[in-house]
Amino acid sequence: MKTTRRSFIQKTALLSGVFSLGFDWFDSKANSGIIEQMNPVLDANRFNAFLSIENTGKVILYSPNPEIGQGIKTAFPIVVAEELDVDWKQVEVRQANLDTQLFERQLTGGSGALKHSWERLRKAGATARQMLLQAAAQQWGVDASSCKTSKGFVIGPNKGQKLAYGALVDAASKLAVPTEVTYKSRADYQLIGSFVKGVDNYKVLTGKPQYGLDTQKSGMVVAQIVRPPAFGSTLVSFDAAEVKKMPGIIDVVSFKNKVAVVGKSTWEVMQARKKLVCSYSDTSNLESDSTHQKWFDEGMKTDKAKVERKDGDFHAAIAKAAKVIEATYECPFLSHTPMEPMNFFADVKPGSVLLAGPTQVPQSAQKAVATLLGVPENTVQVELTKMGGGFGRRLNNDYALEAAELSSIIKMPVKVMWTREDDMTGGIYRPAVRYHFKAGLNEKGEMIAYYLRGVGLNAGNSTRQDNFPVGAIDHVLIESFNYNSAITTGPWRAPITNFLASAEQSFLDEVAVAAGKDPIQMRLDWLQKVKTNPVGKITYEPDRFIEVIKQVAEKAKWGKKGANVHQGFSVYFSHLSYVAQVAEAKIVDGEAKVTHVTAVTDCGEVINRSGAENQVIGGIIDGYGHAMFSKLSFDKGVPQQKNFDTYKLIRGNEIPTVEAHFVNNGIAPTGLGEPALPPTGGAVANALFAANKKRLYRQPFAGPDNANL
Amino acid sequence: MESIELLINRKKVKVEVDSNTPLLWVLRDHLSLVGTKYGCGIAQCGACTVWIDGEPMRSCVLPVSAVGKSAVTTIEGLNEKAEHPVQVAWDELDVPQCGYCQAGQIMTAAALLKKNPKPSHDDIVAGMSENICRCGTYHRIHNAVKRASEIASASNSSKKK
Ligand code: FES
Ligand code: FES
Repeated sequence: MKTTRRSFIQKTALLSGVFSLGFDWFDSKANSGIIEQMNPVLDANRFNAFLSIENTGKVILYSPNPEIGQGIKTAFPIVVAEELDVDWKQVEVRQANLDTQLFERQLTGGSGALKHSWERLRKAGATARQMLLQAAAQQWGVDASSCKTSKGFVIGPNKGQKLAYGALVDAASKLAVPTEVTYKSRADYQLIGSFVKGVDNYKVLTGKPQYGLDTQKSGMVVAQIVRPPAFGSTLVSFDAAEVKKMPGIIDVVSFKNKVAVVGKSTWEVMQARKKLVCSYSDTSNLESDSTHQKWFDEGMKTDKAKVERKDGDFHAAIAKAAKVIEATYECPFLSHTPMEPMNFFADVKPGSVLLAGPTQVPQSAQKAVATLLGVPENTVQVELTKMGGGFGRRLNNDYALEAAELSSIIKMPVKVMWTREDDMTGGIYRPAVRYHFKAGLNEKGEMIAYYLRGVGLNAGNSTRQDNFPVGAIDHVLIESFNYNSAITTGPWRAPITNFLASAEQSFLDEVAVAAGKDPIQMRLDWLQKVKTNPVGKITYEPDRFIEVIKQVAEKAKWGKKGANVHQGFSVYFSHLSYVAQVAEAKIVDGEAKVTHVTAVTDCGEVINRSGAENQVIGGIIDGYGHAMFSKLSFDKGVPQQKNFDTYKLIRGNEIPTVEAHFVNNGIAPTGLGEPALPPTGGAVANALFAANKKRLYRQPFAGPDNANL
Repeated sequence: MESIELLINRKKVKVEVDSNTPLLWVLRDHLSLVGTKYGCGIAQCGACTVWIDGEPMRSCVLPVSAVGKSAVTTIEGLNEKAEHPVQVAWDELDVPQCGYCQAGQIMTAAALLKKNPKPSHDDIVAGMSENICRCGTYHRIHNAVKRASEIASASNSSKKK
């Protein structure tokens, strides 16, 4: 099918007095006529934003992507409003529900939303602006090029010629959609890059219902589900006689190894489920921490590891090396622990299914529920709620499916709520991984050989084989080995790199010390080599790396802070953004303590200064807190930490101060929800080493495993 | 089941519940006041913080029978227009990320400032450290408490004039 841009743009005047533009571009490449047909991949990435202007001048923007605290519901409209040239006060943002006809890529994950939508959002605003400008020019009988716009008005060349957008809505909606639009120049940006407050602030500050757990629907019952306590065990039988006698209990049903207690109120269900007697299959052979240690040991020795990348001849090069450095790093399983635990509402009726709740991927919830229930997808409706955090946990729809299945069994609208204990012990964790690194230096102290093996438990490929410093080293071997564990895992903020970067950046620090080099200069030298003479395929831009490194060295006064401030450096590329960090440690009461982190981020254009700072600082606190304190351990398949009394999250009295700087180079924006996290663990470990000369090989750093290191 | 009378956000209400039910669930399930959040249920995170006669309390572990005649204030009752100095400061500094912990943070902060209108940085850090924010908004929380104290003292001195 030959497509032209015109066919992607629909224009509708839905109601009189409302000018609505539906934008339907499946890829920015479409505009250059390269795409001849809609292939399924591109189709899946199609985006359709909706913008309308009322004749009162109010601009309504529907935010299609789920909001988990990453600020997308504020960032997207900023871009549209900038190009539309309206006052931010005129804009109202509404959360759109799942609509696969109207929107595509309605998901939150991989820090991909802005990168995906930047062009489309700009075009949406600019097209509408141009049509309003055209409508005014026609009315005045002047040339459109002699008119300009400002904060929701079109201003003509002659005295007194000024019309509000609202007054032009009817006329504009009758015009042909322009094929070419011009964008504002960066210098004229008023909103993009400024400090814009979250659009949901009022609701948050006054406690308005908006999260999944706040869902109330008529006739709704509540339920909690008792799942097998050990990963790998199954439900053999259960006795619910006592449960059913408890006040407020409506039903107890079982499906897929689970027992659901259904009742009138949350507290009654919580009390009743304590009376449930379950027997499970034998757990004596299930996984414990010691099992995982054994697997890691074996995985490091196996000859079955998969080669992920090979440049030159590592084995020959290491044999000739003047100096060899090796180190092993390890991280535990982690729970995502968003503050709002998992929950979902489902009402399964003959012919229609209504779902409502917090999910990062509503469309896959719709598909999976349709498949589970054997009903057509278009009969499954999904309402999106604001999410009390996600961190990747809500990319997995297990809890939405459970709710749908339960509703189909009990034939009632039901909200399934997970308690914190259910949430922490219910799986989909950050996988535990062990890494082994080896570096070979020549006589000049240059790294000529570099080896990494990652052994993960349900981690897939636990390496990122094409990332820096690969590309700068002549002889490289990267391998991965994966164990299938009964413990369920999934993406956790900055999947894999959340610990890989920490381990790698700590190791490179050891290499620098062994080579007698400054860790920053060592990276800069490598990046020069990548620029002139890269080894194999690379996925990063060396110049952008160099820039964040140079800027962080300057901002953090690298090496110039005096003898009492111990600095650690780290830099990492992920989700197409570059983040360099310098952590500072001081000796406080005889103990090394991280007191400050300076970060420089290149995420291209900064859309919302406030949101961007929040993501970087929040990412660093997240990275620091989990690196220092958090761990989920197992005994015969059972998670040993069940709530915040034993599973430690960082608190406000434990944070270092953080400075977030941005390169802000005007390049199309890239991800920001995740990239600040990966470099943090390394910067912190290197700063602590600088302070007390102890290397940290195991997370959590503050845990007992590191006591004797 | 018992019939229990409560004074919530300056209004008298009556609920039929088991007297052991934590106040949190009475608010959320029986009174549709869902601004107070559940985070842990064991007094560890502070998401459920409300005031009992002006004192911040963990409503997840407070049986409704223990409330008696005390006045309960929830986030909904702090200031509907978000004009309380803490709310104003929270908005000005754009504190919330996911927002889920913030009702508890705000109720804790507002109670702290009532007791200590001009807290030092250390007072603020100590006073706020029982509340977990998984999104890591701690720096802005600390700065916003300071800002709220400034806003409150500015409006007090203008009132005095
Ligand atoms: S829910 Fe009450 S302290 Fe966490
Ligand atoms: S803002 Fe998300 S938990 Fe605090």
